[in-house]
Amino acid sequence: MSDTVDTPVLAGATRLPEPGPLPNHLQLTDDGQLRHLLTIEGLNRDLLNEILDTAESFANMNEKAVKKVPLLRGKTIVNLFFEASTRTRTTFELAAKRLSADVLNINISTSSAVKGESLLDTLRNLEAMNVDMFVVRHEESGTAHFIARHVAPGISVLNAGDGRHAHPTQALLDMFTIRRHKGDFTKLKVAIVGDILHSRVARSQIHALNILQTGEVRVVAPCSLLPANVDQLGVHVYNDLDAGLKDVDVIIMLRLQRERMEHAHLPSEHEYYQLFGLTSRRLQLAHPTCLVMHPGPANRGVEIESAVADGPHSVILQQVTYGISVRQAVMSMVMGAHQS
Amino acid sequence: MSVLIENVRIIDPADDYDAVGALCVQGAEILARGQIPDGFEPRRRIDGSGLWVFPGLIDLSARMREPGEEHKATIASETLAAARGGITSVVIPPDTDPPIDSPAEIELIARRARQACGVRVYTLGALTQRLEGQQLAEMAALQQAGARGVSNAHKPLASLLVLRRALEYATTFGLTIVLPAQDLSLTGSGCMHEGAVSTRLGLSGIPEAAETAALGAILALVEQTGARVHVARLSTRRGAEMIAKARAEGLPITADVAAHQLFLTEVDVAEYDPNGHVIPPLRAQRDRDGLRAAVARGEISAICSDHQPHEADAKLGPFAGTEPGISALETLLPLTLRLVEDGLLSLGEALARVTSGPAEILDFEQGRLGAGARADFVLYDPTALQEMRKQDWLSTGRNSPFFGWTFTGQVRETWVAGRPAWTQPTEGNTE
Repeated sequence: MSDTVDTPVLAGATRLPEPGPLPNHLQLTDDGQLRHLLTIEGLNRDLLNEILDTAESFANMNEKAVKKVPLLRGKTIVNLFFEASTRTRTTFELAAKRLSADVLNINISTSSAVKGESLLDTLRNLEAMNVDMFVVRHEESGTAHFIARHVAPGISVLNAGDGRHAHPTQALLDMFTIRRHKGDFTKLKVAIVGDILHSRVARSQIHALNILQTGEVRVVAPCSLLPANVDQLGVHVYNDLDAGLKDVDVIIMLRLQRERMEHAHLPSEHEYYQLFGLTSRRLQLAHPTCLVMHPGPANRGVEIESAVADGPHSVILQQVTYGISVRQAVMSMVMGAHQS
Repeated sequence: MSVLIENVRIIDPADDYDAVGALCVQGAEILARGQIPDGFEPRRRIDGSGLWVFPGLIDLSARMREPGEEHKATIASETLAAARGGITSVVIPPDTDPPIDSPAEIELIARRARQACGVRVYTLGALTQRLEGQQLAEMAALQQAGARGVSNAHKPLASLLVLRRALEYATTFGLTIVLPAQDLSLTGSGCMHEGAVSTRLGLSGIPEAAETAALGAILALVEQTGARVHVARLSTRRGAEMIAKARAEGLPITADVAAHQLFLTEVDVAEYDPNGHVIPPLRAQRDRDGLRAAVARGEISAICSDHQPHEADAKLGPFAGTEPGISALETLLPLTLRLVEDGLLSLGEALARVTSGPAEILDFEQGRLGAGARADFVLYDPTALQEMRKQDWLSTGRNSPFFGWTFTGQVRETWVAGRPAWTQPTEGNTE
């Protein structure tokens, strides 16, 4: 018998990399321009600022009487929504129309998918109609990546929310809202409160806030609504709302995603509101000029008090308005990357 | 047929034999190992200079997809792939369609196996009827028909009481019970290891406790009943430690690990690669290292392929919606021998984990090369380079994360019962 090993020797074994950001080759061109927008993770600060700057120019334009520009004239954009959405789909549609693109809204509940057609076949059929961009929402994490990997060259994919994974345009519009009100991110304390476990919005916000070098990013939730190793995303974890709100400059409230809760995550909405609901009293713990944000739709009396949602600190409706500008920015940038 | 392989390095881990000499085959058995007996006149002579010969591999878990899912693979296609990979015996879990819960299914599989390339095909019988987890299957009838053990595959049992009764009943006939350690209620809709990567990817995680909690229950019942249990496809370091402790305390328990668990981790799921979708999931690096250490110490005494071939469409979709499993017959031997290159095991120890180790677990006669043993062996060229390429695969399942990996060493011939079951095409030989 050849040599034996008394103790395991691992030195010779290939060392595996620690979990890091996803490679970006899928969503960026070779020269670093945005080809698709699938996730915030791995994008750099300059690119995020470029998107926000571009959104700023659209925001100014959207405040004028004539809101339409011919940037995407002749382009066809397909809103491919496998999951119900009103707000996101409408703002994507409006953004596309203000850029003069033609927009198709595919209602999947009445489409071929329910007749058994595979996702890829649905995609191939739409590709055959010579479309230029897919805006995709799907209940499974990774769907936007899957589609981006399989679309024909020249077609862009924008992730409008996939499972629990990412909702990058929502995060960008949140950053845009914060930047408009607060300016420099490096001095800010931001608390994201609520159902972090099921939230694709929270994941994208965390990445965006960290890339923009936010002073402190906190997540506040009961342990049953926190994903494993969430601290490795670069956040401070709080299980007590009062402590988590102390001196923060921005509070982002999240909706309890009851439709995604398979098992017992919470005893009752009543107890949740008692412990994690944002009330006027609790808001006083934050910085006096604190912004209150919510990606919507908000459950009043479950995660947020009406007086706060409608109060002077709330920028919830501004988020919706800015969503159009941010989506115009992203659409024009990915199309520009293709044209270049 | 009588065959003489001369000047070959014979490695037989069953009794720590490793020497250059002759291997003499008479009919379906090994006549002699080392020296050529007086008067032996072979009909065929093979010059084994520079080659190795070792026992054919015994794979404790390989799905052939037949009966029921022939669009994925067949016994004919997969046994040929096994032979190419140096595997001479495969064990099929009972979750075929219909499941292996009566002698009829065992006989059907045996018939199909006889029509294939010769690789020995064994079955595990169902632990419960139709694998529904309620009523015990007719284990004695399954055993008489040829089942090597009983298992409920990954199907849940109604309660721990059913498991207890099943262990007690199987013990009556000396049957080994093969159990995956996975608490399905903790698994939920999880599709990958629960940790930083699943959080980042937004995929539902399977916690380590899904394995350790199930293992805790299994160990308690083994202690209670004295049943002989084999835990299939461990995936966590903590699970491996629990097995080691139980074995040290004398419990009749063994365990195996899938070869891919010794090389891949949760990181390999990044970018939602559906080839990294397996159950149990690819775990953290500390788990991979813990499993490797347990294999090195012999606490995990077998490495299996956990072969699960799929048609292309099964892996074409968003990660969670794809079917779990890796096509792995053709990488079991290369990966196992990579552990030697990695300095983890000696050559004999590595081969033991895929030959004599699994043979002991399910009481197989094969897995050794001494005089009188079954002539199931692999003639191996240790210097040939082989790149894993999809187009070379003999398995109809092309779902492997190892395409593009290059390995040193290649199977030249695989023999079962004294006959070649597979021979490397001449153009592939380096000599």
